[in-house]
Amino acid sequence: MIIGSLASIDTPPAPPHGFPAPDTSIFDYTKSCLVGGGPFCLTKISLLMILSAVIIVALFVIGARKRQVVPRGSQNLVEAFVDMVRGSIVLEVMGPAGLPFLPFLTALFIFIWLNNSWGIIPFAQIPTTSRMAVPAFLSALVWVVFNVVGIVKQGGWHYLKGILFPSGVPWYIYPLVTPIELVSTFLVRPLTLAVRLAANMIAGHLILTIFAVGTWYLASHFALASGFGKAVGVFAIPAFALEVAMTAFEVLVAFLQAYIFTILTAVYISGAMSSEH
Amino acid sequence: MANLALLAQEAVNVGVPIGKGLVYGLAAIGPGIGIGFLAGKAVEAMARQPEAAGMVRTTMFIGIAFAEALALFGFVLFFIVK
Repeated sequence: MIIGSLASIDTPPAPPHGFPAPDTSIFDYTKSCLVGGGPFCLTKISLLMILSAVIIVALFVIGARKRQVVPRGSQNLVEAFVDMVRGSIVLEVMGPAGLPFLPFLTALFIFIWLNNSWGIIPFAQIPTTSRMAVPAFLSALVWVVFNVVGIVKQGGWHYLKGILFPSGVPWYIYPLVTPIELVSTFLVRPLTLAVRLAANMIAGHLILTIFAVGTWYLASHFALASGFGKAVGVFAIPAFALEVAMTAFEVLVAFLQAYIFTILTAVYISGAMSSEH
Repeated sequence: MANLALLAQEAVNVGVPIGKGLVYGLAAIGPGIGIGFLAGKAVEAMARQPEAAGMVRTTMFIGIAFAEALALFGFVLFFIVK
């Protein structure tokens, strides 16, 4: 297949009638199963997720195997990740009381980061988090964790009371505040957590695809058309420049979304650990 | 009468893409203004007190996340509107 695509560089395909704008079907890998079929289909998305789990476990096992006071090699890398989550997320948001959650938050951060980064890693080039199932599962996990933490640390009734009937609010405001707090804590929190991550990755992947397809479309115009069509084809150059620039921007977005997901998880957990007074 | 039904169907056909486009555009106005204010004020705070930059940055991201949620509802509506 690679040889075929290399051979086609010499004779570019004829420009189709009208720009073939990519739509949401580019996220659908269920038609091209790698192994199996039907509900037990191993898609590219599942393969990349398994791969990222293997990579992360291998990285941390190798990093922790020969521990030294002065870290070398992969221990250095792993310590940098843990130190970043510890310093700028856990201690900043939760304080020293949040340190038991450092392993969970580090795992969450690095998993989301790697899965976002698949969108710009050559040959993978699909962020697995752009499939709603992945962020939905992650945010469901976070929802369970912060509720369990709240119930264990505060007791079920006290935890619920702290959310639904916040102290310092006059009783006649409760009919207004209680439904808002109920919806915002138990429904909007997990929903926005999942949708934020998915929406950012979907948008980023769509933009990259649009500029890549646009570059090919305009370049094929330049190669095949004559006269005015050739002049249109010159716009392949800015399209390609934007493709490169957006790829660089995606590097930032992949990190930032993982960071925001982790920081909000830390905020939710620390909010559940102690009631506000 | 048949013409009227046809016209109504045509209005639906034309209106839905316009509505889909408008949904996200309108949903992004408020959060856009909000995030602009938020980030501007955060930069101001960091410039005035660089030693508090870490805390301000964390709070800024949390605030952005809440303001951004409204725009995300618009994004979801884009896919829901048929």
